[in-house]
Amino acid sequence: MSLTIGVPREIFAGEKRVATVPEVVEKLIKLGFKVVVESGAGEAANFNDEAYRGAGATVVPADGEVWSAADMIFKVRAPAASEVALLKPGTTVISFVWPAQNPELMQQLADRKLTVLAMDSVPRISRAQKMDALSSMANIAGYRAVIEAAHHFGRFFTGQITAAGKVPPAKVFVIGAGVAGLAALGAAVGLGAIVRANDTRPEVADQVKSMGAEFVPVDYQEEGTGVGGYAKVMSEGFQKAQRETFAKQAKDVDIIITTALIPGKPAPKLITEDMLRTMRPGSVIVDLAAEQGGNCEWTVPGQVVVREGVTVIGYTDLPSRLAKQASTLYATNLLRLTEELCKTKDGRIDVNFEDEVIRGATVVKEGAVTWPPPPPKLSAAPPQAKPAAATPVVSPAATKKSSHGHGPSSEPASAKSLAITFGVGALLFWLIGAYAPASFLAHFTVFVLACFIGYMVVWNVTPSLHTPLMSVTNAISSIIAVGALIQVMPPVDSATSDRPDQLILALAVVAITLTAINMFGGFAVTRRMLAMFRK
Amino acid sequence: MSESLATVAYIGAAILFILSLGGLSNPETSRRGNFYGIVGMTIAVLATVLGPRVTAAGVPWIIGALAVGGGIGLYAARKVQMTQMPELVALMHSLVGLAACLVGFASYVDTSIQFEGAEKAIHEVEIYIGILIGAVTFSGSIIAFGKLSGKIGGKPLLLPGRHWLNLLALLVVIWFGYLFLQAHDPAAGMTPLIVMTVIALLFGIHMVMAIGGADMPVVVSMLNSYSGWAAAATGFMLANDLLIVTGALVGSSGAILSYIMCRAMNRNFISVIAGGFGTGGGAAPAAAGGAQPAGEVVAVSAAETADMLRSAKNVIIIPGYGMAVAQAQHTVYEITKMLREKGVNVRFGIHPVAGRMPGHMNVLLAEAKVPYDIVLEMDEINDDFSDTDVSIVIGANDIVNPAAEDDPTSPIAGMPVLQVWKSKTSIVMKRSMASGYAGVDNPLFFKENNRMLFGDAKKMLDEVLGALKA
Repeated sequence: MSLTIGVPREIFAGEKRVATVPEVVEKLIKLGFKVVVESGAGEAANFNDEAYRGAGATVVPADGEVWSAADMIFKVRAPAASEVALLKPGTTVISFVWPAQNPELMQQLADRKLTVLAMDSVPRISRAQKMDALSSMANIAGYRAVIEAAHHFGRFFTGQITAAGKVPPAKVFVIGAGVAGLAALGAAVGLGAIVRANDTRPEVADQVKSMGAEFVPVDYQEEGTGVGGYAKVMSEGFQKAQRETFAKQAKDVDIIITTALIPGKPAPKLITEDMLRTMRPGSVIVDLAAEQGGNCEWTVPGQVVVREGVTVIGYTDLPSRLAKQASTLYATNLLRLTEELCKTKDGRIDVNFEDEVIRGATVVKEGAVTWPPPPPKLSAAPPQAKPAAATPVVSPAATKKSSHGHGPSSEPASAKSLAITFGVGALLFWLIGAYAPASFLAHFTVFVLACFIGYMVVWNVTPSLHTPLMSVTNAISSIIAVGALIQVMPPVDSATSDRPDQLILALAVVAITLTAINMFGGFAVTRRMLAMFRK
Repeated sequence: MSESLATVAYIGAAILFILSLGGLSNPETSRRGNFYGIVGMTIAVLATVLGPRVTAAGVPWIIGALAVGGGIGLYAARKVQMTQMPELVALMHSLVGLAACLVGFASYVDTSIQFEGAEKAIHEVEIYIGILIGAVTFSGSIIAFGKLSGKIGGKPLLLPGRHWLNLLALLVVIWFGYLFLQAHDPAAGMTPLIVMTVIALLFGIHMVMAIGGADMPVVVSMLNSYSGWAAAATGFMLANDLLIVTGALVGSSGAILSYIMCRAMNRNFISVIAGGFGTGGGAAPAAAGGAQPAGEVVAVSAAETADMLRSAKNVIIIPGYGMAVAQAQHTVYEITKMLREKGVNVRFGIHPVAGRMPGHMNVLLAEAKVPYDIVLEMDEINDDFSDTDVSIVIGANDIVNPAAEDDPTSPIAGMPVLQVWKSKTSIVMKRSMASGYAGVDNPLFFKENNRMLFGDAKKMLDEVLGALKA
């Protein structure tokens, strides 16, 4: 028996998103599920009942039927108490839950013997990116934050020189370069503003630069990357330096967008009242952390406040303000998670705790609270492991220039194997020194030094030229001709010597011919190849 | 020309050879590098011919031999197809090996140079080793040439107890070496010398026959190295520093290339030389025991591929040996040019062991006039796949196999691979579902974001090009 997925209308005030869209309904049906949609569920996001019906879903009247018909419920917001009461025991619910902030809700969900997967608890590993609804929502929030800021800001973003005078470009400062921060950077750069950003994780500086913005570092040494690619709480000394940096920026910029969140903790207060007072009238602050208390001291969650000429936007529903886009992306995230749950594509799900992603996302399983999950096995960014290694993020501009050689392996050999190598080397050299005559040693010196020169020179050869390298070394190795040349007819008095002249001449001439093929052929073909390499 | 002048000329030639290799660090300077090589070689030959060791009577012979050989060489260099470069290089290595043998024999029968005591012993050891390396290089390169040009099957030939055979050959060679040193005149020494040469020839054949097609890049660079050591051994034999220096340069160059190739396949040198990758005893059960990739393979048409390319922003093309076989590089370039004109960022990702010799793909793409600054190495491009809309794999298999990273039981586990599966869509062009040279199934084909375009690479790419133009 295949399962029925129910999609109720969101009842949270002002929530315009819907958990699935007609396009995704089709794909869910292909996976073997039945889909039931509450009438009017997609209205606020511009998806009417007709579109859902066209995609193959059953549309049921808004009288609670969807709750009784469904074995799985897809939602955006965590179920409200009234909704929890409607859920059949044994139902699987997938939505945002925020288990850390909502302990009572977790208890209620467990009491109803439900299985709950929290979209906010999907582990942030590369394999789970396609299900990462936090990222897709943060992306929208970042974009919308810039749009909201532009709406409340009394000037152009881009600098212009018009007949009516010169317009300076707006200056935007983004705090926190996570997904939302980067989306905000992109949107603000796109509108033509001068954009700067700060983040406690130094490795994101390259990402910031790749978006066309400037990275403003805090002048204090501390690594800010926590488990799973999130930021962590910083030390007192760092926070002081950070405040100084922000105070300086506050005086200079027109718009500040804050996105700093620490998982499971209230948002850090980064923009203090003193800083706000130094901002120019007309400045705008968009606080994306408003729901977790806000990064700015004047933030009122869910509202826009204007104090002393500074507008502070504390909307907590930015993704919902772009309802159609947000619904489409969220629905796709849900689809991907459903695919992971239903590997057999027969409309049944398997909440498999061996799977790291499903384990992380499941906060209640058959009435038992399974949150928090065991810590992730792998961190998304392991910078401490190899401090000397090159930065993993390479901007496209930088890649072009680094096409130089491989360079010898960077890890130094272990002391033991080094000692063995040196020991064997020393023994060999001692043997040679003890028994070989002086004339041999002179040549041997030349040989060893030449090996080292060859080693040094060849490591510099760029890998794209390895074939020409082989053909040119091949041509050069026909230097062996020199050996044959001196055998052809050396100044020997043939009367006194019993040297087999004819035999040697024949051998030498053949050898010269062979090496000449190599010599001329090798250089000519190398030349031909190298002439082809062009920009 | 006096002895000292000749020596100085040799030093100059040696410096020019070093500069020649140094020039290859960059395509800009590489042409000059090749020129240095030519100048160095000319100086070396002229200094020898005009030097005290060659009398006027020999000059006509030398000119004749150089003219004949040079003519053949130039003709071959002009005629060779870029896809046949590995064969040509292998064949040329064999010539160096053979020349080293001949010079060695000539030097041995030359009674005009007499040594005494330890010097004599060392001189004879040098001759013995020089001929040994030369013979192995010669026969090994001939077999490598045969394998690369398809005259001999690519499958490794594995004799029973082949390691014991090799060990036995080594012992016999050492025993005859001892006999050779005991011999007092050339006639007596000739028998062990010839026996050893025959064994060395057989050993060279056996060694390369046992190596599978995918390991050919290692073999070609290894033979490159051997030809250098052969030249160096000849240098010791003739007490000629120029030969020693040049031989050492070439030898270490080949050794480094072999090392790079081995590292790119995550295999150690010994196991490559021991031979039998993929079809050998160890690998086959592992492949059977490893996870069998399951899932659906989604095939696409050339027209759909063209659609995907047209709507992409970032495209990475990963060429493999299949592109060389199908001679598809020119069509690849046409497609690249067309997409770039439309503003699509097309780049190439080259795995170090793609093709049959180091840098093979780069040469083919250069021949098709692909600008070298969009042809990137694996390390340079691997991080960019996540931002790539479409990656096209043309006739490559093992170098894009995710099992190398995910499946510790896979025979190619740990080999660095191009992570095409991280791009939004990957398209693999292949004749059929057959596994690659390593004989390993490729889970990439079953990934949900992967599409297969079955058919001959050239024909399919022509169709894609036609659809793009339409």
